[in-house]
Amino acid sequence: MRILVVEDDAILRDGLKVGLGIGGFTADAVETCEEAHAVLKNHEFDALVLDLMLPDGSGLDILKSLRDRRDDTPVLLLTARDAVSDRITGLDTGADDYLGKPFDLDEVAARLRALVRRAAGRSRSVLEWRCLRLDPSSQAVEKGGEAVRLSRREYSILHALMIHPGQIFSKRQIEEKLYGWQEEVESNTVEVHIHHLRAKLGSGIIQTVRGVGYRLGEEP
Amino acid sequence: MTSISRRLFLILVLTTGLVWLSAVVWIFLSTRAEVERVLDARLMEAGRMVSSLIVSQEISVDRAKGATAEIPVRVHSTYDRQLSCQIWSLQGELIGRSGGAPEEKLAEHADGFSQTEIDGEQWRVYAVTNAELGVRVLVGDNLRIRDGLVNDVIRGLLLPAMLILPALAGLIWLSVRRGLAPLNRIAHDLEHRHASDLRPIEDVETAKEIVPVLQSLNGLFARVAGLRERERNFTAFAAHELRTPLAGLKTQAQVALASEDRAIRDQALRQIMVGVDRTGRLVRQLLDMSAIEAREQEERGAIVLPGKILRSLAAELADPSRQVTIDIAPELDRIEFAIEPETFTLAARNLIENAVNHSPSGSVVRCRAGAEDGVVVIEDEGPGIPEDELPRVTERFFRGRNKVSVGSGLGLAIVELALGRSGWRLKLENRDAGGLRAIIAQ
Repeated sequence: MRILVVEDDAILRDGLKVGLGIGGFTADAVETCEEAHAVLKNHEFDALVLDLMLPDGSGLDILKSLRDRRDDTPVLLLTARDAVSDRITGLDTGADDYLGKPFDLDEVAARLRALVRRAAGRSRSVLEWRCLRLDPSSQAVEKGGEAVRLSRREYSILHALMIHPGQIFSKRQIEEKLYGWQEEVESNTVEVHIHHLRAKLGSGIIQTVRGVGYRLGEEP
Repeated sequence: MTSISRRLFLILVLTTGLVWLSAVVWIFLSTRAEVERVLDARLMEAGRMVSSLIVSQEISVDRAKGATAEIPVRVHSTYDRQLSCQIWSLQGELIGRSGGAPEEKLAEHADGFSQTEIDGEQWRVYAVTNAELGVRVLVGDNLRIRDGLVNDVIRGLLLPAMLILPALAGLIWLSVRRGLAPLNRIAHDLEHRHASDLRPIEDVETAKEIVPVLQSLNGLFARVAGLRERERNFTAFAAHELRTPLAGLKTQAQVALASEDRAIRDQALRQIMVGVDRTGRLVRQLLDMSAIEAREQEERGAIVLPGKILRSLAAELADPSRQVTIDIAPELDRIEFAIEPETFTLAARNLIENAVNHSPSGSVVRCRAGAEDGVVVIEDEGPGIPEDELPRVTERFFRGRNKVSVGSGLGLAIVELALGRSGWRLKLENRDAGGLRAIIAQ
């Protein structure tokens, strides 16, 4: 799951980025509204963590322009203010959830998972597809009741495919989910990770749609 | 504690009593004089009357000779009884006397009034000598009875006074209570107020003597309310501003706990160290700010030698790790500043801290005297402040584009507030050579 963190406090921003990374997310972080606008134009995210008070404006401005573009990316607001009116304004502007500072990192992660899940139209947190079972909260994957150990990248690919079963993901879309925009991506990494996934889960699980991308396979 | 109503009551009762008392004394004296005058006149008249009766032969002196004749005097009132009459021959024989008159001679003097004492009784006697018939008529008044008369008059005055004075005291008490009712109402109003209720006291039906008190009281309320408002704002500010750094600290702590990667853990712990320093500085600045806000306008009495203070600040604030040094110009030891030392220290500390934090490694922060008199200039070689942000940098918690990680957005706000309270001001401008110039000016 790729997350964009917009927060001006350097220590908190770094903490969220690293902490969400440990929690199985791929997190990018920016400091200002300007940067956020630029990044959002060129990249897709599964969810946004948005601070309300930014040096060059309000997080609500980012939220508004996002919703004006009919972008439904789930947004979790962070704010130091406690006033109910702030929360109402935030939620009415189109935010999906709200957390007051100081918060618990695990709670941020849990809320983000819930937001992504609901955005995909699901209510259960555990993803199941045929004999596969993926629990986002513990990042555990089982096949036919037996635990399968996956690397972080492999888990991310499988999570993306399982949360939207049937949808075809291009190689670029998968790369986006795997790497922050500051990270270097080697040209054939996606293929390598898919290869490893097939080796661990069985070759029929992920189907290659020629010229388009990948999706969960239709085993005969 | 003195009670106004008790004092007023005592004053009013004492003065009223005193006026009554002097009235009584005055009436006593004048009544006595008047009674004496009237009775003397009666005595004189009676003496002459008796003398003339003898002359007209209605009372025969001869008849009275040998045996003392009783002059028939009708007894029907105390006034009649008190008059005593004696008729003496010039040879000293008692010719006649009225009933109740002593047998002893009332007086020895010739004509006119005199006062004598017979058997312990005081008498006022009038004497008329009738040389023709050779008799002397003495008419006397018993003074005890006279005094009784005056005393009756005074008693007649005092008795109602004794009855009226308590009633008067009661009335005075009621009037005082009524007169002080607005005060009691205000006291009652204040007594039943909650500590946070700082509404002005309404001055309906208030006597105009109390209005100044009410106005000062309401003024005080307004000032206290203002102070409380500022404190509340400050608390809200502080709570708000501390939440983000606390969230950062907690998140980094959780990262340190959750990560199995040593490099990530160390980085998180380093971030926590920086965060604690920064939060500590923020707390210090918040306290400075609230201390300045609580201060009243300062008098510009104290004299400060900026050189000494700046040097001690420089020793504390220079950053050897980045080779940022602070240079204090020697002329600063020769000028004097009319400002409270704490205020100057606070302002200079924040300005130097800002300059050092924004200075590139290996640069110098310069403190010098300005071209005008009594002005201190602090210059750095940092990025300066974008022109469009200059008017906003002294706003609380404003952090511009060229911010540093330790910045709280409070430093310049504190400087401006502290200087403002002392009648000084802060000027900020970008230097042509790059960097910021902060000027403490009149």
